[in-house]
Amino acid sequence: MNAQQTTTNQLPEKKYIRSHEPIFWGLFGAGGMLTAFLTPVMVLVTGLLIPLGLIDAEHLSYEKLHQFVSSWYGAPIVLVLVALPLWHTLHRIFHSLHDLGIKRGRDWQQVICYGFAFAVSVFVFTLLLQMLSL
Amino acid sequence: MSAQTMPAHSTMANKVIEVEILRYRPEQDDNPFPQLFEVPYNPDMSILEALQYIKDHLDSTVSFRWSCRMAICGSCGLMVNNIPKLGCKAFLRDYYPQKVKLEALANFPIERDLVVDMGDFIKKLEEIKPYIIPATDDKCLSEGTYKQTPEQMEKYKQFSMCINCGLCYSACPQYGLDKKFTGPAALALLARYNRDSRDAGSAERMKIVNQEEGVWSCTFVGYCSVVCPKGVDPAAAIQLLKVESSKDYLIGMFKPD
Ligand code: SF4
Ligand code: FES
Repeated sequence: MNAQQTTTNQLPEKKYIRSHEPIFWGLFGAGGMLTAFLTPVMVLVTGLLIPLGLIDAEHLSYEKLHQFVSSWYGAPIVLVLVALPLWHTLHRIFHSLHDLGIKRGRDWQQVICYGFAFAVSVFVFTLLLQMLSL
Repeated sequence: MSAQTMPAHSTMANKVIEVEILRYRPEQDDNPFPQLFEVPYNPDMSILEALQYIKDHLDSTVSFRWSCRMAICGSCGLMVNNIPKLGCKAFLRDYYPQKVKLEALANFPIERDLVVDMGDFIKKLEEIKPYIIPATDDKCLSEGTYKQTPEQMEKYKQFSMCINCGLCYSACPQYGLDKKFTGPAALALLARYNRDSRDAGSAERMKIVNQEEGVWSCTFVGYCSVVCPKGVDPAAAIQLLKVESSKDYLIGMFKPD
């Protein structure tokens, strides 16, 4: 503080409130990336290449997939593949409700949207944990 | 002006274009209403020139703003067939023989006819501290100027090209829904100062960015960048600031201020 500033009354500093959006935006972005890159591949493999017989369906048999999902490397991959696109989707739905002009109960909309993504993520996590065979 | 629009007199004389203007005179009209004018068509004529023709020859009570006629003052923003444009940068030839429909810029209160009240926009521009905030251990004037390399200038130059026309606010659906949103041009201007190597005010401005009504009201629709007449790309500025705000959030978690 220098002498000049004490002669005038300084305006009170405006209060700024930090948003927690970076967390949800981060999950949204990561989920969006995954969805954009992997969905077309999944559709190609399961919707075209396997039915056309270009990939042997045996590679994606129940036993094979079960083995993958219950392995230490498969479980986290599946968790990420399910959870991130889910957070992406519910974030999008939450913001679309605002875009549609549904103003009532924004906090409840938030709790329901992100709560759902959180609950399903926890559910998938527990399920995978139970399946894990080390 | 009329002399300028008449050179092709003989051939163009009977070509006319219909210009519909949304009129609103608060002292006598309860609601805005459309009024149709017929203007002699000339492919070189801008929307602004058509308005000037109307004011000079057809109805002198029509109100609109303009100054430079060369896309630099930012005064002549209006909706042309529901798209935000500069009247001096949009031309009749791109609409003829269809009718052009002119309205006051969307998302702003109408003051009169095509004139809007830009007060909120100006307030937003002022709020983001749009000036260089030097570091406190600043050098004395006698020590000379602050030098900047072309690379350092390149980091913010694009975001400094804004002419404050407000077209991006008119295009932004989030600003339309919630006037608290700081909005595209103000955030682009904020990015312009935060990215300037001579500025040391980033921490102060990040507080504005980090708020819900800072960058986080933006859902990256991107229409602001489409309508911007100066290629500022405010949507990109906001995305960059979202990344900065996320970094700031992470730092804030470990080191609360
Ligand atoms: S960013 Fe572009 S559209 Fe927005 S006020 Fe500036 S010049 Fe106009
Ligand atoms: S009259 Fe200046 S920008 Fe159009």
